[in-house]
Amino acid sequence: MNQPLLYNRQPPRPAWGVRVDPRKTLSTSEPIVAAPLPTQVQLPLELGPERRAQAVVAPGDYVYTGQPVARLETGARNVVCASISGRVAAIRPGPIPGPGPRVAECIVIDSDGQDRRHADCVPAGDPARLAAARLRELIAQAGIVGLGGAVFPTADKLGGSQPVDLLIVNGAECEPYISCDEMLMRERAAQVLDGARIMLRALGCDRAVVAVESDMPAARLALRAALDADRDPRLDIAEVTAKYPAGGERQLVELLTGREVPAGGLPRDVGIVCQNVATAAAVSELFRTGCPLISRIVTVTGGGILNPVNVEARLGAPLADLVAAAGGYTTTNCDLVMGGPMMGMALAGDRLPVTEATNCLLVAAPGELSDAQPGYPCIRCAECSRVCPARLLPQELLVACDTQDPDRLEQLHLDACIECGCCDYVCPSRLTLTPVFAQAKIRQRAHREQQRQARLAQQRSEARNARLAAAEKRYADGPAPDAGEAALTDLLARVEQRDERGDGG
Amino acid sequence: MNAAMAAELRRAPHLRTPVSVPVLMRRVLYALVPALLAYTWFFGFGLVFNIAAAVAAALATEAACLRLQRRPIAIALSDYSAVVTGVLLAFALPPLTPWWITALGSTFAIGVAKHAYGGVGNNVFNPAMAGYVALLVSFPDQLTNWLPPRMGDIDYEGIGLLANLRFMLSGGLPDGYTLDALTRATPLDLMQTELGDMRMVAEIRNSSLFGDFGGRGWEWIGNFVALGGFWLLFRGVIRWHIPVGMLGGLVLSASLFYLYDSANFPSPGFHLFSGGALLCAFFIATDPVSAATTDRGRLIYGAGIGVLTYLIRTWGSFPDGVAFAVLLMNMTVPLIDRYTQPVAYGTREPRS
Repeated sequence: MNQPLLYNRQPPRPAWGVRVDPRKTLSTSEPIVAAPLPTQVQLPLELGPERRAQAVVAPGDYVYTGQPVARLETGARNVVCASISGRVAAIRPGPIPGPGPRVAECIVIDSDGQDRRHADCVPAGDPARLAAARLRELIAQAGIVGLGGAVFPTADKLGGSQPVDLLIVNGAECEPYISCDEMLMRERAAQVLDGARIMLRALGCDRAVVAVESDMPAARLALRAALDADRDPRLDIAEVTAKYPAGGERQLVELLTGREVPAGGLPRDVGIVCQNVATAAAVSELFRTGCPLISRIVTVTGGGILNPVNVEARLGAPLADLVAAAGGYTTTNCDLVMGGPMMGMALAGDRLPVTEATNCLLVAAPGELSDAQPGYPCIRCAECSRVCPARLLPQELLVACDTQDPDRLEQLHLDACIECGCCDYVCPSRLTLTPVFAQAKIRQRAHREQQRQARLAQQRSEARNARLAAAEKRYADGPAPDAGEAALTDLLARVEQRDERGDGG
Repeated sequence: MNAAMAAELRRAPHLRTPVSVPVLMRRVLYALVPALLAYTWFFGFGLVFNIAAAVAAALATEAACLRLQRRPIAIALSDYSAVVTGVLLAFALPPLTPWWITALGSTFAIGVAKHAYGGVGNNVFNPAMAGYVALLVSFPDQLTNWLPPRMGDIDYEGIGLLANLRFMLSGGLPDGYTLDALTRATPLDLMQTELGDMRMVAEIRNSSLFGDFGGRGWEWIGNFVALGGFWLLFRGVIRWHIPVGMLGGLVLSASLFYLYDSANFPSPGFHLFSGGALLCAFFIATDPVSAATTDRGRLIYGAGIGVLTYLIRTWGSFPDGVAFAVLLMNMTVPLIDRYTQPVAYGTREPRS
């Protein structure tokens, strides 16, 4: 942990990664616009992998904006807040954005158009005076999660026992098209820095650096101005080369500090915590206005959108509202992608709610995204391993996936794959790599679990065999002494021992 | 949006580079054009006819092999890989090679070196070099019909386009021409033979066949090969590791012996600009299928070819060692790849 931090000098140019036409300027010419209040919101109770919530309101209840409406299934903590005021219309399964058509239990609220703020939505006091644990508790109850796309609970990231010597506030938005973080930094730089400061206190750490990409000078200037006004020596800005996926958490840690997050570990293991800039802004909002997480900025962009722009939308609002706020569609047969073109999820339609993970709605005109084209056999050009930020050998991994060889996959460190899609992007044979790896990772996890179970079963069976063998031996050695008699002998022996030790206990 | 809903949803990433295998192969062919022009200027149209025969045979063999395996033919033929193999083989052959020898080599390259191993992507050996070596050991005499370069002061009789074609088709020459009068040893060949006769390098280089570094004409072709090679590097079709490794290995070993005894060992410049060294460094050794895949591995692979080329040229029984060097190093690829795997992110053993 005593290595020097590298972020104050020019970060090294990564050898990995790809340069993709960024196309961010599509959506950065206009300031962030607020979407009109939705008439209905749909708040999913499935908050993330293995993280579910339970409604604490019932259909027919009136709820205020910011009022807690659901709590974690495990534990009594409130984690979902109403994003508008109105009546709870239903609690029913609804479609949510996800790989393939996904359905989850949702709280549906009909807006009353008043947007009446809940009485509890007042600042909890000066965050500089609140205890770290209290800060984390408030952040958790406000439903604040990572807004960079991974939706990991922010409070959990800020807690923990390992020492942290650097907070990276991630504004290095490297996916093409997406500009919500850049616009946030341009317009609300002071809020980002304020949130970073609160998070430093919650972490018990005294260094934070806001990471921006080299192709967002306006954001850097805004941050610099805010930093000059702020005069907090604990905060700084760091620039990384604009190359995809430089903004990936692990890649950013490597670029800024030279440290590597161990496989299967978290940045925390090397003394670092990463938080998205929008998450920092949400934390600041919570402590300055008392407002929990009820909205987020979404980049609505692509050739299929009339006026690409960043929209501040209430959580749970239908994506169609965002499209309307950005001028509507230009053509009827667009491809919808939630997220960027490298890692984003294709959507079946726009009747899905905005979630915490919705950083971008990419509406691609026909021909804007690459169509499926005939593939060729792998020619071993190794461009895939050249661009792989995890330094894997995708071409070898693909062979191992095809032959379903779990040991080989282990040896090739399939688990270190971050599914960034760079290998697919550069493959001249147009092979499908990342989706295959994503599936193989799931299989691999199941395989490991199976192996663990098998090992346990083996241990149990060995132990049983040993017991049986011992019993058999006892039986063969002669008639076993009476069980009661044996126990008595045993007890007497122990009493004797105790008396000899003289400890009386 | 209805169409999207009905169809299966696409999966990330949604963007791909437009550079596909056929684009790469076509770029390799474009990069060979300057060398082809220079070659034709100095040695006549023999190479053009070689290319025609080699490519036709390569495509025919490719189609036949795919047909036998009941695999789709159109897509495989359209990837240009067979064309590249044919063209590279043609570059290795002398301008006066009978067409059937060229075609035989091409057929061997595609049929045996490529498809017997499972087709594109699976071949262990560089097909063009395998085809060339098969010809070299089968028809050693016919593969020595090199011409002197067309240079003002070199005793050059020249052979016209039609005569050249006629020779390649029928083996006959116009009246008054003999093969002996027409052909010349290549500078590499001459150097090896004369050194074997205990003559000094400086003495041998007095022949009008030698220029500043290598053979006259050959040097110019080398320049144009390198030009194409640099363009391939610039366009990212090939990476620098193999050319640097190969040329570095060759130049270093040549320098070592040249510094030790410059009377009996020709200069590194001679080795660099003679025979197939540059063609190999940029176009042959860089064939991704039969080369190592890691960066470090490619440096080692290239260096191995360079050193072996030097060893074979200096102490072997063939004038040029490029083809053998490539095939020998092809065999080491699995080993090299195995021991040069990069350490995956976050899997480094913790330092204590």
